[in-house]
Amino acid sequence: MKLAYWMYAGPAHIGTLRVASSFKNVHAIMHAPLGDDYFNVMRSMLERERDFTPVTASIVDRHVLARGSQEKVVDNITRKDKEERPDLIVLTPTCTSSILQEDLQNFVDRASISSASDVILADVNHYRVNELQAADRTLEQVVRYYLDKARRQGTLNQPMTNMPSVNIIGIFTLGFHNQHDCRELKRLLQDLGIQVNEVIPEGGSVENLRNLPKAWLNLVPYREVGLMTAQYLQKEFGMPYVAITPMGLVATAEFIRKIQTEINRWSPILTGKQVDYESYIDQQTRFVSQAAWFSRSIDCQNLTGKKAVVFGDTTHAVAMTKILSREMGVNVVCAGTYCKHDADWFKEQVYGYCDEILVTDNHTEVGDMIARVEPAAIFGSQMERHIGKRLDVPCGVISAPVHIQNFPLGYRPFLGYEGTNQIADLVYNSFTLGMEDHLLEIFGGHDTKEVITKSLSVDSDLNWDADSQLELNKIPGFVRGKIKRNTEKYARQNGMTKITVEVMYAAKEALNA
Amino acid sequence: MSLKNQVSNTLTLECETGNYHTFCPISCVAWLYQKIEDSFFLVVGTKTCGYFLQNALGVMIFAEPRYAMAELEEGDISAQLNDYEELKRLCLQIKKDRNPSVIVWIGTCTTEIIKMDLEGMAPRLEIEIDIPIVVARANGLDYAFTQGEDTVLAAMAHRCPEYKNIQEPIVNNDQGIQGLLSFLPLKNNSYREPEINIGTQPSLVLFGSVPSSVASQLSLELKKQSIHVSGWLPSQRYTELPPLGEGIYVCGVNPFLSRTATTLMRRRKCKLIGAPFPIGPDGTRAWIEKICSVFGVKPQGLEEREQQIWDGLKDYLALVRGKSVFFMGDNLLEISLARFLIRCGMVVYEIGIPYMDKRYQAAELALLQQTCLDMGVPIPRIVEKPDNYNQVQRMRELQPDLAITGMAHANPLEARGISTKWSVEFTFAQIHGFTNARDILELVTRPLRRNLSLEELGWTGLVKKQKLNV
Repeated sequence: MKLAYWMYAGPAHIGTLRVASSFKNVHAIMHAPLGDDYFNVMRSMLERERDFTPVTASIVDRHVLARGSQEKVVDNITRKDKEERPDLIVLTPTCTSSILQEDLQNFVDRASISSASDVILADVNHYRVNELQAADRTLEQVVRYYLDKARRQGTLNQPMTNMPSVNIIGIFTLGFHNQHDCRELKRLLQDLGIQVNEVIPEGGSVENLRNLPKAWLNLVPYREVGLMTAQYLQKEFGMPYVAITPMGLVATAEFIRKIQTEINRWSPILTGKQVDYESYIDQQTRFVSQAAWFSRSIDCQNLTGKKAVVFGDTTHAVAMTKILSREMGVNVVCAGTYCKHDADWFKEQVYGYCDEILVTDNHTEVGDMIARVEPAAIFGSQMERHIGKRLDVPCGVISAPVHIQNFPLGYRPFLGYEGTNQIADLVYNSFTLGMEDHLLEIFGGHDTKEVITKSLSVDSDLNWDADSQLELNKIPGFVRGKIKRNTEKYARQNGMTKITVEVMYAAKEALNA
Repeated sequence: MSLKNQVSNTLTLECETGNYHTFCPISCVAWLYQKIEDSFFLVVGTKTCGYFLQNALGVMIFAEPRYAMAELEEGDISAQLNDYEELKRLCLQIKKDRNPSVIVWIGTCTTEIIKMDLEGMAPRLEIEIDIPIVVARANGLDYAFTQGEDTVLAAMAHRCPEYKNIQEPIVNNDQGIQGLLSFLPLKNNSYREPEINIGTQPSLVLFGSVPSSVASQLSLELKKQSIHVSGWLPSQRYTELPPLGEGIYVCGVNPFLSRTATTLMRRRKCKLIGAPFPIGPDGTRAWIEKICSVFGVKPQGLEEREQQIWDGLKDYLALVRGKSVFFMGDNLLEISLARFLIRCGMVVYEIGIPYMDKRYQAAELALLQQTCLDMGVPIPRIVEKPDNYNQVQRMRELQPDLAITGMAHANPLEARGISTKWSVEFTFAQIHGFTNARDILELVTRPLRRNLSLEELGWTGLVKKQKLNV
């Protein structure tokens, strides 16, 4: 048993549901007790989804404990098949069903006989993998299932496209700025004259998965999700993949150069010419993106040697560490990740870009580390933002887990050239800089006069007794002033001088406040 | 399914498949740890439970909460680790870090399935570490959302001290009442200084977790009728739990406390006052009247008080009158809220509810029936264990002006032009008593007021045409 207040990565089934509900017309059925469908709330609230989340539960209740699910799961699958006609139904085990050890595969086999939809059982073990690992597996499983199916039916679409094309793998729902990143990647590829063959899973159709082998290569922008699929496609179809995250100027250039190398393997044969993206990289880096210029500008001089801490998933923590350290001259005192399963890769990547490395999924360890190294800014998840609030250190959010404010309506990619601009803003705004910094140092603060009352004049002749004072303090801060004013107004109107709890309630009723 | 089939004049209960969205009952720790100030809630469960709590409670998690997960790992599930030793280790750590007066273990689905004997271990560990341990099985296999509080309070009821039938010397401290009455704008009514006759009055304990200001408002209302509330379950601190026993009267303030009521009656030999719940001015009045009738007190000035509250609501009533509501059902407050809204002049199409205890809610159901008669509207269908998919189909047919629903459905319904109010807000807002009637309507009218302010824009259906069939 582990005493836990907070976790970075969610349980396995969340990963499966994120992949399943990202595809078009795929429905997931969880084998779970009442209340485990919290995923629907997250998707509906965080992503502000307009459509009903295609996830339902086949409820595990007391009766199921007593006599097994029996027909229930099969009935739920066939019912959903009739109601919504999905292409695919993914039966998703949860922690509860992991322990029950029912033969879910058997239910799937039975249900697929009577359903028009395809039915598969997500192959994830709750106690072995977390949300991200489960998402990676589920995506690979779905892709494998449909490519096998296409091969059996002889509908596999294997010939490569005439012009260079790629699949983008790993964009999905509830991902950190994934929608914006996807748009930015498409824009970048368009600039390079590369077609986008398929984007999976977000918005993809399972029927189109058989077209995956048509692309020249696969792009895996995020380390956590998509790598297994890319490796599978490489093994089965010899498709190369690029798993460099184009986040930051240097990494984006590396990403484009790697794509160039892969394309030039086929380009002379299929299109009769080689591609060369160097001038594009140069143009973008120096003039289109503002980030390179920003690093040279005197603003950024003040960043030099400032201490920062980075923590997040492997993709974003690695990229951010490298950006801060090699593109902005910031001193990353500690870089960390909660993806313990990928610790070796993480350590290898950030080696040389930071003073120390922390791999943990315990947020108190992260908090202690931040308190110890006292950075000028933190770049982390929402948890680090809260640690920063407590310690009075500014924090830029660069990674999941996230809150609703990390699903902005405006265009905020982290990848590509526009991403570098966004990151530069984020970094710059996170530090207190320039003149302000100097003045704070010289004068020791903006306004050292202590604030006693919020209002500028004190004219109250009313006497609050101890209980009503206490009651007033229980009222949330942001309405307390209003309640206080209303109560006093009411007391004056009624010629009272002493304010008791009863007066407060009476005032609330009388003034409809 | 047309509207004609939806309505009848007798109270009928239907039961659907139970495929509905609600919060897991472990969410009760969110409000109970704040209510019981010296408690610590330990949820014995898996990552799934933790993830739910962390996301459902949002920012609260960062304020050093007095709750935590005892996260079960593979070794716990396969019994390679000793449950007792593991729990002891965690509880000692909690004792060291937080020093609570009570640790509440919340049993979850997983502890049920692996049959972890929490009730058996608690008394042993309690002696060993010298902190009371209360066990509540608030799991999703058996309960929905607010019923979690019910399981905790039922377990707490066993920990209340035994009531000794001797007269407590209670100081007649009603200075506050005099102060209050001297300025009440009701100059011509029959309010008079209450005479609290402690000697002949049996003790009354109210049960249900409400914020302390709501608790004092309700106690004050009863005090105006010369009825003294001798305690609340739960109290503000675990160490102040009220004495219970034969001769004590108990009355619930929330509709989801049927297990607690049963425990109080059967195990603690208390007398249950079955009343409608003090939600809305009509409910509050009926609640007070019922308590008064049990105590042989003639209610004073209640009618005027209720009327005064209704008068204060006029602006909101004008907004809701004639509008229709559909309760999808997830927190068991639905019957009381529907009853209040019908009294406000709304039309209720359907009352979804997770679980319906017809005995515990009998008085509330009777008041619902009476309210429908008074207002001349048919009694809405009450659907126990609803099926959300079917409900959405019915809503498509009925096009209600307002759907009271969970967050999973709110945005998709809004996108289809159906106004919604998140049901969860009714659980966290102050809705009890005369004083807070306005707060309920504030919540109910918010989408309607929002619609008024955006009316001119004409952007109601915000999903693409082919997706409109929900």
